[in-house]
Amino acid sequence: MINLNLNSNATTKSEHPLLDQKGNLGKRKLKSYIFAFMCFLATVSVIGLIAYLILDTYLQGSAWINADFFTNFASRMPNKSGIKAALFGTIWLLGITALFSIPVGVISGIYLEELMKRGYFHRFISVNVSNLAGVPSVVYGIFGLAFFVRMLGFERSLLSGALTLSLMSLPVIIISTREAIAAVPSSIKMGALAMGATKWQTARDHIFPTALPGILTGVILALSRAVGETAPLIILGAVSFLAFVPQGWNDGYTALPMQIYTWVSKPQEEFHQLAAATIIVLLGVLLVANSIAIFIRIRSRKVKL
Amino acid sequence: MTQSDQPLSEWTNKAYRRARWEQTFVHYLFLAISFVTILTTIGIIATLAIESQHFFSHITFSEFLTGTKWEPLFEPKKFGVLPILWGTMMIAFGACAVAVPTGVAIALYLSEYAHPKVRSSLKPIIELLAGIPSVVFGYFAVTIITPFLQKLLPSTEVFNAASAALTVGIMIIPLVASLSEDAFRSVPQSMRDAGYALGATPFEVNLRVVIPAAVSGIMASVILAFARAIGETMAVSLAAGSSPNLTLNFLEPIQTMTGFIVQVSMGDVQHGSIEYQSLFAVAGMLFIVTMIFNYLARKIVAKMKQAYE
Repeated sequence: MINLNLNSNATTKSEHPLLDQKGNLGKRKLKSYIFAFMCFLATVSVIGLIAYLILDTYLQGSAWINADFFTNFASRMPNKSGIKAALFGTIWLLGITALFSIPVGVISGIYLEELMKRGYFHRFISVNVSNLAGVPSVVYGIFGLAFFVRMLGFERSLLSGALTLSLMSLPVIIISTREAIAAVPSSIKMGALAMGATKWQTARDHIFPTALPGILTGVILALSRAVGETAPLIILGAVSFLAFVPQGWNDGYTALPMQIYTWVSKPQEEFHQLAAATIIVLLGVLLVANSIAIFIRIRSRKVKL
Repeated sequence: MTQSDQPLSEWTNKAYRRARWEQTFVHYLFLAISFVTILTTIGIIATLAIESQHFFSHITFSEFLTGTKWEPLFEPKKFGVLPILWGTMMIAFGACAVAVPTGVAIALYLSEYAHPKVRSSLKPIIELLAGIPSVVFGYFAVTIITPFLQKLLPSTEVFNAASAALTVGIMIIPLVASLSEDAFRSVPQSMRDAGYALGATPFEVNLRVVIPAAVSGIMASVILAFARAIGETMAVSLAAGSSPNLTLNFLEPIQTMTGFIVQVSMGDVQHGSIEYQSLFAVAGMLFIVTMIFNYLARKIVAKMKQAYE
């Protein structure tokens, strides 16, 4: 009713010429709504697409997951194939990688952020770390092949694989450690320094414990990236089929992503389903790791409040 | 030796000296540990340079850079890098064509439209997607995306560039979205308010104010995504095939530089053979290209920080 009235008013001629112009607000608003909807659609469709891809993989592979799948070795016959060697290989790799990359990465991060004098050299190391973070994983693999496998003579062992993955994870751990430390309130640092503590005592007793949840989150994310890494392992000579569980750091090995790659590159449908089953296990492991990281982040936020 | 046996000043002096000594010791120890990253860089550059030098003693530099045939595994061997460089660029450009519009749209939605609660629950999901390993995307490409493309365009071959580019594109969407969103959120609210005060619609404010203000951040995210796509290995080597091919047709099989490295590594390469050395030449090329892109991205980000902080 009111609208009709307004329209009839608009038809009468007004005094000012600008008021006669027909507004395009309706059109512009429509455009705006369409654009907003498209942005929303992009978000929903990407999340939906990846959810669909994962769901489809789950449906393909879930039938293959049973006790035998975890206790059998890979085999030419799909029915008798399992991921025992790959699972143990991944656990070994993860263990050795953590052993090297966590201390070196966290210490470098603390040193760079808290102890080192700011200057030309500090800038040089920081830029170098962010450069290393951008180096593709295949290049790390090639370096590992020349350095660990050939030059140091570690051959195609767990050790060369884990050391290469460690170097790859280092920049990520260093950067996230620095971010976690930078987020510590400066009042804590100033308080300790004002009481006469040295920089190192401040870092060790006050900054590190406060930054620990953030550091842990970064470490978990870096290591979960290393767990999913395939390309360097292929270059370093992880084997496709392994009928034993590695017993030490100098044994040959395979790993979950390597197993997925081997099975996906086979033409038979059954092997693709085995790959899907392995993907479920791998994504399950990563999801648990990420949930722990998120849990730590939420918990530390609560403590601060 | 206990605290009560001696004057306090002596005890504090001792503690102080101990702490200073510890500080110095820790300083040098940590400095040494931090050198691991520098040694890694030196090691990467040295190994790539040395083995590439062996390679270039067999193949001339111009032959490598301008040759149009990459046939390292058949006699007579030909090492012209253009086909695999071209393949890499096809994948990277194709992936960015998918990921940039979608990623920026997601970033706009998260930063400009979404309710804070929606945003805070969607952002971790997007970041979680960035953690899916690339071999898993390789599986998606081979078993789901390629058959889908074949149904859509029957001339699609089993291994094709389109499927790989699309998959890598989906892979790098979270990267573009996350970094662009940071750029959008660093645009001061006063600039948006000024736009609205002039009577602009949200679309006009986004198009004329927010995007231009954040354009350097968006560019940085695009460059980083491009560098990621260049270095991406597993999805590409599984979906794109291994036929070095100077083509414009996305439905044909191609090979990328990373795909070549994987193909040679899967076979048994003799140490010291020319195939072994070619790995280092290709990896060196990959290293240089990604370094250039990372450098550009860092420059742009530094410029952006100067503008708004």
